[in-house]
Amino acid sequence: MTAYVIRRLMQSVVVVLIMSVIVFFGVNVVGDPVDMLINPEADQEDIENAIRALGLDKPVGEQYLYFLKNAFSGNLGRSFIFGEPALQLIVQRMPATLELAIAALLMAVFIGIPLGLYAGLKPDSSTSRTIMAGSILGFSLPTFWVGLMMIMVFAVMLGWLPSTGRGETATFLGITTSLFTLNGLQHILMPALNLALLKISLVIRLTRAGTREAVHQDYIKFARAKGLSPHRVVFVHLLKNILIPVVTVIGLEFGSLVAFSVVTETIFAWPGMGKLLIDSIQQLDRPVIVAYLIIIVLMFVTLNLIVDILYSILDPRVRLGEREA
Amino acid sequence: MSRVRILFAAVFAVLLAYAAPAIAKDIKIGLASEPTSIDPHFHNLSPNNALARHLFDRLVHTDENQALVPGLAVSWKPVNDTTWEFKLREGVKWHDGSPFTADDVVFTFTRAVNVPNSPSGFGTYLKGKEAVKVDDHTVHIKTPKPYPLMPNDMSTFSIVSKKNGEKASTEDYNSGKAAIGTGPFKFKQYVPGDKFVYVRNDDYWGDKPVWTEVTLKPIKSSPSRVAALLAGDVDMIAQVPTTDIERLKKDPKIALSQGVSNRVIYLHLDHDRDKSPFVKAKGGGDIKNPLKDQRVRTAISKSINRDAIVNRVMEDVAIKAGQLLPKGFFGVSPKLKPVDFDPEGAKKLLADAGLKDGFELTIHGPNDRYINDAKIAEAVAQMLTRVGIKTAVETMPRSVYFKRASRGGPDKTPEFSFILVGWGAGSGEASSPLKSLIHTHDKSKGFGASNRGRYSNPEVDKLIETALATVDDAKRQDLLAKATEVAIGDVAIIPLHYQVNTWGTRKGLKYKARTDEATMAVGVVEE
Repeated sequence: MTAYVIRRLMQSVVVVLIMSVIVFFGVNVVGDPVDMLINPEADQEDIENAIRALGLDKPVGEQYLYFLKNAFSGNLGRSFIFGEPALQLIVQRMPATLELAIAALLMAVFIGIPLGLYAGLKPDSSTSRTIMAGSILGFSLPTFWVGLMMIMVFAVMLGWLPSTGRGETATFLGITTSLFTLNGLQHILMPALNLALLKISLVIRLTRAGTREAVHQDYIKFARAKGLSPHRVVFVHLLKNILIPVVTVIGLEFGSLVAFSVVTETIFAWPGMGKLLIDSIQQLDRPVIVAYLIIIVLMFVTLNLIVDILYSILDPRVRLGEREA
Repeated sequence: MSRVRILFAAVFAVLLAYAAPAIAKDIKIGLASEPTSIDPHFHNLSPNNALARHLFDRLVHTDENQALVPGLAVSWKPVNDTTWEFKLREGVKWHDGSPFTADDVVFTFTRAVNVPNSPSGFGTYLKGKEAVKVDDHTVHIKTPKPYPLMPNDMSTFSIVSKKNGEKASTEDYNSGKAAIGTGPFKFKQYVPGDKFVYVRNDDYWGDKPVWTEVTLKPIKSSPSRVAALLAGDVDMIAQVPTTDIERLKKDPKIALSQGVSNRVIYLHLDHDRDKSPFVKAKGGGDIKNPLKDQRVRTAISKSINRDAIVNRVMEDVAIKAGQLLPKGFFGVSPKLKPVDFDPEGAKKLLADAGLKDGFELTIHGPNDRYINDAKIAEAVAQMLTRVGIKTAVETMPRSVYFKRASRGGPDKTPEFSFILVGWGAGSGEASSPLKSLIHTHDKSKGFGASNRGRYSNPEVDKLIETALATVDDAKRQDLLAKATEVAIGDVAIIPLHYQVNTWGTRKGLKYKARTDEATMAVGVVEE
């Protein structure tokens, strides 16, 4: 397994390198950051000075080599807009996004799996039909619209929840998060649900499909015939087997929750990484865009690896070392 | 019994009277754009400058209409052709208790132009100027040539404390360590991406703000910002979207504050090239650039129904424009009026210019920079098409647009032929748009940096340059007005309207709407 992990890590270095080339040259084609940064009152000389100060007068290739040289020493460049290291900006905003993603993931798991299981075990009941119809809505309604509707209903009309922003934070066991305060939980409920809606639907559908397939298989029939309690049949034999695809999908979806919660973060003014990314794109803050995407690539590579390892734990037939990667 | 009751009431009333001033008054404000730093010299950009005014003062302040009023300087006057004298306010204290002196001003002059990693600083206003301390409360500022706009320039940048700023980096300001100003508020907390929290400076030299604590929260998404106001999570928001104004007017819990801005939305035309890339003959063939003909430019101006743009596109939240700045600003001409809508006159002028059948044109504009910018471009295109100038519309995000509009063509020339742009006069007087938009594009003099139509008229250039060397206010005002009249007479640009800005507050509050579009807690008053 060690050899496998090392091989996978080496592959990811190549992926990150290729990615950095694509992103770096990609963002350099679009517009000119100087026009976003400079005060309109500036004259031609000021504009040229700004271009030089940002190193934008050099050819793109040279800029890339310079970036690469710094990247190997852990410096992914400095934000044009904030003047701070891009990596620091991203790390600073990471806890907010992670707590949002974790809250959404927990909702997906604890709402999605039970509902999916129910819909799979009793496919013809009216409750199951309602669940499935609801999951179609969860898939098809656009996130920004649902987010705004939630704000209108729960914040503006009913006044139950705060409309935007992150709540108070508290520190426990060295972790600072807004999940530990009541005010924080009130703030996170709507954005997390908004972010989770699609994932809940996805998990419901996966779990239901898996359950429907598994209940007719021989081992379930055998377990029943052996006289095991229905409880044990469902929660031990059935659930363990249908969880494999669910774990894969949840793992990858967690990546996309962290990386691309852009819409939700913008609507709820959530001070996370997604908002940073969209702001950076709008203002052409190239170093931050590049650093962000590189971090995201690293994250996906790692998540894939973790998913593979979890696989081998859930399914004893999978032996990581033996597979040709 | 009743006597006891009266006594109680009296005691209660006295207690209440004493307690009232001590009641904490907090205000939360939803901003439309996010300031990127607390360091006042890090980035010369409107959101940062508005934020800086909470903690810091400038030598010269500007009121809601950008008129100059005393700030940290109580008076100023030119002592000879190249020297201005600023008398500093005495008895002003920094937030850490140390006194404010001329040394701080001299130090600011070196720091404001030299902040590491600054994307664009205050060199625009400070280059060529030298500050000399005369005594603790007098500073002389010297320039190589006579310079009338000195007080205006001194209103643009914050004065920082030498003691706290000498070794401070931008990070030190952001952490609050160096965020020691003389301003109406003191630093309390900054959570990047989330909020700025400031508390009242009870020792402020000027009018003390009503608010004991101010929270500034950037909420970029417009519908979310409006929802935050409706839900009562914030007390005020900046930039209410025009589509929500009608609805909010009817809401009993909300009040709106509106005011005209210093920003004119205008059309720039290609005055330079004989063959302009986005001008075609009818049917798509080549044509000698008709925009160089004044009759054609006048025809375009006459064919635009500015009332319709203001009423329909802007939902009445704009004022139609006939020059570079709305009336009331220094240097505007009393003679210029918005051009009347006259499609028949436009057709006749086109026929006179030998373009009876019209021609084809593409209008380019941003779609995320000005209020309703893409819709305005579409409306203009339809109006031109009606008089026979078949106009296509192409809009794009500002990150792409401004580069192409300024230097996207060969040899870094402007790429487009006919564009929609806006200009906000940062200095609050007419020389700002005149020197950047109207003066001949001249790199050596630093004029015409945003003259994307490359309009050039030696007479106008001379008027502008003379104005910029005339210290006498009355004479300068006339020169600027004259320059504007000649340029508008040439149809150098076609002004459409002045933007009107809208702030939303909860009922009972009012914002003193500012022409410079800044959102500041000191401007929020209780009614």
